[in-house]
Parts: sequence; structure tokens; C-alpha cells
Amino acid sequence: MSKIAIIDYGMGNLRSVAKAIEHVAPDATVVVTASPAEVLSADRVVFPGQGAMPDCMRELDARGLRPAVLEAAKSKPFLGICIGQQMLFEHSEEGNVPGLGIFKGEVRRFPADKMVAADGSRLKVPHMGWNEVWQKQAHPLWAGIKDGARFYYVHSYYVDPADPAIVAASTDYGIPFTGAVAQANIFAIQFHPEKSAQAGLQLLLNFMSWHP
Amino acid sequence: MLAKRIIPCLDVSAGRVVKGVNFVELRDAGDPVEVARRYDEQGADEITFLDITASSDDRNIILHVVEQVAEQVFIPLTVGGGVRTVDDVRRLLNAGADKVSINTAAVNNPQVVADAAGKVGSQCIVVAIDAKQVAPGKWEVFTHGGRNRTGLDVVEWAQKIAFLGAGEILLTSMDRDGTKNGFDLGLTRAVSDAVSIPVIASGGVGNLDHLADGVTLGRADAVLAASIFHFGEHTVREAKELMRARGIEVRL
Repeated sequence: MSKIAIIDYGMGNLRSVAKAIEHVAPDATVVVTASPAEVLSADRVVFPGQGAMPDCMRELDARGLRPAVLEAAKSKPFLGICIGQQMLFEHSEEGNVPGLGIFKGEVRRFPADKMVAADGSRLKVPHMGWNEVWQKQAHPLWAGIKDGARFYYVHSYYVDPADPAIVAASTDYGIPFTGAVAQANIFAIQFHPEKSAQAGLQLLLNFMSWHP
Repeated sequence: MLAKRIIPCLDVSAGRVVKGVNFVELRDAGDPVEVARRYDEQGADEITFLDITASSDDRNIILHVVEQVAEQVFIPLTVGGGVRTVDDVRRLLNAGADKVSINTAAVNNPQVVADAAGKVGSQCIVVAIDAKQVAPGKWEVFTHGGRNRTGLDVVEWAQKIAFLGAGEILLTSMDRDGTKNGFDLGLTRAVSDAVSIPVIASGGVGNLDHLADGVTLGRADAVLAASIFHFGEHTVREAKELMRARGIEVRL
């Protein structure tokens, strides 16, 4: 039976993520944990995040979780969600803080001057709601999910990877931005699969059976 | 392209969904989990619970409702009604709400919006505004179901709470609420054009075209309705099909 660790560093409610994984994988052991040992002993790791990236980085370090996250990201099937995706990058404009630097690139805010819809109306920030996720590479986590399927987003910042080869999905909101990145055992997404109805549950199911 | 959202709103009292006609004669309308699941299956983009529990003894029941719904319905949940403090916000988020809506408490103490957004992030904080027209092109913020005036101009108030860190505005026209005459489109557009955060239009939906008007004429980012869905007149799916036919981007 596989064990999934959802890393809990005190930023937001992780119950929905846990429940959604339990829903698609009733036989799995899902633990929401702040213990580095638990993270390192898990078969799969989910790295979520909510709120502001500077707070997330601070709380992660306050709990001594950084080494366990870096270690898990080297070897285990690893799913970053929302700020958990952003934190994998080198640096964020939000609070001008460094991230974990697993991926090269910057976390940027939606540029105010580009937030205009086709009809001339203003695009609101946060980008909140269901938007189309266009797959940019074949990946086991897209299995059974149609290209352009809608997922639920809520964010004001997005990742801008230096290496275009890691881009796994793109979404348009005033500008095209990176919705998902993938490399080896890491898959990381800006949208919330635990809030994205059937498409989100399918992605989580795919993650649970992924053998990178 | 980002889809415009349709949000069914459920009134919950002491752990049950209730529906009333003009706020009198509340009738039991079922188990919140069942009703939420039904809306999810119809394609609702989010669900909003408004806790109208009268007795303070029963106020914690909403937490159990949220826990149960969040275990089984995997779309965003917003909860409002009687939210006063940052602790109230935290309790609801910990129970499984994705967003918490603050109304009267924000008027009484705007700092609560900034404090809550600072603690949990703007994306979790919705400020609900109950508006009444007081002159042509001018609306005032009211509280307590439209009984108490606040002296606040709606557009200025919307800009203030956006500045303080609200992530979204739930805008209800008290003039239209319960009338089935459609949203107050002038109000909706005035607020939506004045702020850079999303605006949910509410109050007055009587048919599916009203929902579409809220988006096209009111420039709302999302539309909220209760009775049109509760009484089985229309499904969320029908609403989305009509909106799509009118050229609006929806999730179908």
C-alpha cells in the first residue's frame, strides 16, 4: 500500500487536497505532515501552498522542511500545487524572495498593462476561475484529460521558466502563461486539481499511478 | 479563455438547506451535501453557502456542514453569514471552505478585511456588499438585510475593500433581491469597472437571460443565483447552454 505525504508547513488548509486524493485512491495512506522523516519515508509527495510566497518560504524553513522537500524532489513522484509550484523556482517578484531553485526561472505578477480582454474590458487579478489548460507535452499525468480541459485557478503570480522544455501546459489570461511544468519525477501545476471537479480528480488519479 | 462562473447559493440554517419566499416561510430543502453534489453534477463552477442560523448555539453546525461537503464535492466552496473575526475565517477555511465572505463585520471594522487577507491570503477573502440605489447612478451600502444604512458609497467602498486586500466582491442589489426582475446592471457595471478584483453579481435573477445580462451588460466575472435553481425551474447546465449561445465563455 502506498503512502502519500502532503507537506504541511502551516500555510492554509490541506484537507481538500487530502480528501481528493483519498477519493481517487481509497487504498492509499494519506498523511498531512510537517515531519521531514514522514516526507522522506513516503512513496509520493504532494507539495501544496497557499497565500503569499514569502510567508510560505519562511514557514517552510521555520519547520526545517527544506532539506526533505529538496530530497523528495530528487527521487519521488512529486506534485507541486499553486505556491508549491512557484516555490520550486529561483526567485519570486512577490516580496522579492528566493525560492528553492530546483527550476531556473522567475515567478512573475500578471502585468497590469496586459490585463485587457478581447472586448476591451478589464481582466481581473487574481486570475480566479476555470480556464483552459493547453498541454504542451505528452505526459502520463495528462492521461484521460482532453487538451484544453478547464481547471480551477486562483492566483496573481505565475512561473516563467528559463527552460521552455519543462513547460507541460499553458493557459491564456491576457498573456499566455505556464500552467504546468514537468521534469523527470516532478510535475508541478498552478491550478488546483482538488477543486477542479472531474478533470482534477483524473489528474490526481494519474499522479497516484505514475511511475517516473 | 477564462470562463464566466455560475454560482448557486444555498441558505443553510442549523445544518439544513432552507428556502424561503421573500424571507418568510422557510422550508426545509434538504441535506447540504446532497444539494451541493447535485449542483456539482449539473456543472456549477462554485457553491456558496450562506449561514442564516438564527441561534448562536447552533452556529458551529456550519463547520460540520462544510467539512462534509468538502469531503465529497471537489469544486470551490464559499461560506458566509455571521463571519466577524479572523478566527471565524480560519475556522471555516480549516473546515474546508476555500473562500469566506465577510459582510457586516467589514463595515463595522474594515481592518478585519486587511487582517484576514494578511493571514490567509486575499484569494480566500470575499467581501459581500448589500447595495441600495439612493439616487440615479448612486448606491449606498446597507447591512442587516437592507435595513441599516451605513452612509458608505458602494463604489468607494468597493475600491476601499479591494485596496485592503479583498480578493473578490459579492455584490447584491437589495432593490432587486427577491424580485426576479434581473440584476441591477448599472450597479454591477459601476462596481466591476471600478475595481481590479473579480465581482460576483447577485440579487434579482428571474430567468436565464438575466444571468447572461449580468456578464455582458453588468461586466460581472461571476453570477450568483438561488431560487432559479432551487425550485427546479432551471438547471445550472441550462443556464450555461444559454450563456454559451449568447457568446459567453462557460465551462460546459
